[in-house]
Amino acid sequence: MASKEELTRVPQKILEEAAKAGITAEKERAGSFFHVDKATIYAGVNKLFVGKAELMDIKAAMQKYTWVNEDYVWKAVPRETDMLTRKVWEYYTGGYFLRIIRNSEVTVPLQTCLTITQKDLEQKVHNIIVAEENSKAHVIAGCLQHPEVRGAAHIGVTEIYVKRGATLNLTMVHNWAEDTFVRPISAVVIENGGTFISNYICLKPVRNLQMYPVAYCNGEESRVVFNSILYGHKNALLDVGSKAILKGKGSRAEMISRAVSRQGSKIIVRGSIEGNAPDCKGHLECKGLIMDDDSHIQSIPELTARKRSVEITHEAAVGKISEKEIAYLMTRKLSRDQAVSLIVRGFMDVSIMGLPEAISSEISRIVEMATQA
Amino acid sequence: MIHMTAADETKLLDGQLTVENLRVKVEGRLILEGVSFNLKSGEIHILFGPNGSGKTTLINAIMGLPGYEIVSGRILFMGEDITQKSVEEKAKMGIAVSFQNPPEIAGVKLADLLKLCLGKSPRDEFSEDEKQLIERFNLTGFLSRSVHVGFSGGEKKRSEILQMLFLKPKVMLLDEPDSGVDVESLKLIAGEIQRYVQNSRGTALIITHKGDIMEHLNAKYGCVLLNGQIYCFSDPKRVYEDIKREGYEGCIKCQQRSIAGW
Repeated sequence: MASKEELTRVPQKILEEAAKAGITAEKERAGSFFHVDKATIYAGVNKLFVGKAELMDIKAAMQKYTWVNEDYVWKAVPRETDMLTRKVWEYYTGGYFLRIIRNSEVTVPLQTCLTITQKDLEQKVHNIIVAEENSKAHVIAGCLQHPEVRGAAHIGVTEIYVKRGATLNLTMVHNWAEDTFVRPISAVVIENGGTFISNYICLKPVRNLQMYPVAYCNGEESRVVFNSILYGHKNALLDVGSKAILKGKGSRAEMISRAVSRQGSKIIVRGSIEGNAPDCKGHLECKGLIMDDDSHIQSIPELTARKRSVEITHEAAVGKISEKEIAYLMTRKLSRDQAVSLIVRGFMDVSIMGLPEAISSEISRIVEMATQA
Repeated sequence: MIHMTAADETKLLDGQLTVENLRVKVEGRLILEGVSFNLKSGEIHILFGPNGSGKTTLINAIMGLPGYEIVSGRILFMGEDITQKSVEEKAKMGIAVSFQNPPEIAGVKLADLLKLCLGKSPRDEFSEDEKQLIERFNLTGFLSRSVHVGFSGGEKKRSEILQMLFLKPKVMLLDEPDSGVDVESLKLIAGEIQRYVQNSRGTALIITHKGDIMEHLNAKYGCVLLNGQIYCFSDPKRVYEDIKREGYEGCIKCQQRSIAGW
C-alpha cells in the first residue's frame, strides 16, 4: 500500500478521537500510521527521519523486503497459538511494519493508530516492530474507536524484535468504546544488551480486555520493563498481565502496575517472571485501589527461579484509599471529592514510566480527563 | 438568650479559639477529660506534656479529624460554636494543623499541594514572593517530588510549616514542629511562625518536648497536658524549667502561677 502524502486525509473525527489516545498531528511526530477498520489509510515517516526509520503497512513491507516474512512474521508469536492467532493469520487486513534502522536515534516519537468506526466489526491486524542494532526510539501506539460504535472487536498480533544494544520504548494507550472486545496478542524478543520498555495505559471502560504479552530476554544483559496503568469503571473487565522469560545471563525484568477499580469493574493483574539463566533479576510490583464494594481487583504474581543466582522479588498491595490521606488533604481546604480525585490521579502517576516530557504531559492530561469524568 | 459575664466577653475579644471542657474519646477510650483554654490573638502558646498525654489528640480533635470523638464540650472560633463542623469547613474558616507525622502521598507533587493550599489550581504559577518563601524553606528542589515520599524528618516539617503559611490561617495548631529538625531549620521555622502570628494577628498553639524553639520565637503562654487535663498556665520558659527540674507531675503541683484568661 502506497503511503499518502498528507496526514490531513485522515478524517477529522478520527484525529479528534486519536488525541484522546495521545496521537496528534503529523508535524509533532517522526512518523505516523493510520489503519481504519479494514484498511491502512496513511503510513509515512516525517522527512526529517527518512533513513532513520521506516513505517508502512505490513503487506507492503512483505512485498518490499523478503526478510520481513523470513525473519519476523509469526516468529515471536506462533500462529497456531490459539483460535485468535489463527484468525489473524487467515484474515488480517493489515497492520503496521515499523523498523528503526541500525544505529539511528529517533528523538521524536513515532505513532501508530488502529481505529474502528463500524458497528460489529471484528478488526484483525498484524504488526511488526524491529528495533535494529544500537537504535533508540519511542513509539506511541494508540488504539481507538468511535465512541458510538457498538459491538466491535479488535484482535491484534504484535511481534517485536529488539536487536543487540537497541532500546525501544513503546507506550500504548487504549481508548476503546464501552462495548468492545479486545485481544492484543504480543511477544517481544530481546537480544544482547537490548532494552524493551512497555507502557500500557487503559482508562476507558472497555467491555472485555485480555492481554498477556510475553518477553523473551534471550540476550545477555537484556532488559524488559512492563508498566501498566489500568482504570476500570462501568463494569469493565480488564485481565492484564505480562510474562518475562529470562534466558540470557544477567537479564532483568521489571513489572509495575497500578490498578483503580470502581463502578462494578473487575481488574485482574497477572505477572510472571521466570529466571532461567545465571544472575537474572526480576521485580514485580502491583498496587490496586478499590473504590467501592461492587468492584474487584485480583493480583496474581508468579515467580520462578531455575538457577541459584537468580533473584526475583514481588510486592503487592490492594485496598481502599487511605482515610488518613483524605483527611490530611481536607485540612488543606480540599473537599472530600477533590481529595479523592487528587489521590487517585497521584496513584496513577505516569512518572513511574520515565517517559519523555512531551508524552508524559500528554498522558497526564489524558489521565486527568478520564478520572474527572 | 445567652447571658455573658464580663470575663466571657474578654475571652471573646481576645480569643481566636476557645476550648471549653472538651472530652475526647479515641477508639472508645477517654483521652481528654475536660480540657479548657483560650488562644489569644497575636500570641504564641506552648503546650507541654509527656508522651501519650493526649496533645496530638487535642489538636486533631479541634480540627475534627476522623477517629477523634468529641463526647462533650465546645470549640468556639471567634465566638462561633464550630464543634460539629467538618474538617473542610474548619480549614476554610482558617484553622490549620501541621502534623507530627504527615502522610506520604505518592504521585501528588509537592508543588501541586502547595498551590492548592494557596487556593490556586495546579496549572497556575507561583508568584515571586511565594517562590522566595519556598526557596527560604529549602524546598525548591522538592517541588516536583511526591508529597513527603522519601523526605527526611526535617524536610517533612519544613513542608508542613510552609503549607500552613500558604493556607493563611487564623489559628495555627502545630504538632511538634521542632522534632527531627536541624538547628538552622528550627530557627527558620520558629522565625516564620513568629512573623506570621505577629503580622496576621492570628494565634498559634505549639506542641513541643524541648525548649529550644522558644529561643527563636516569643511565646507568651505555656501549659502542661497531663492525665487528660490542662494545668499551669504560665510563662512557658518557667514551665519548661520546672518540668526539667521537677518532672511533669512535680510541675503541676505548683498552681499559683496561672495567668488569668488563659
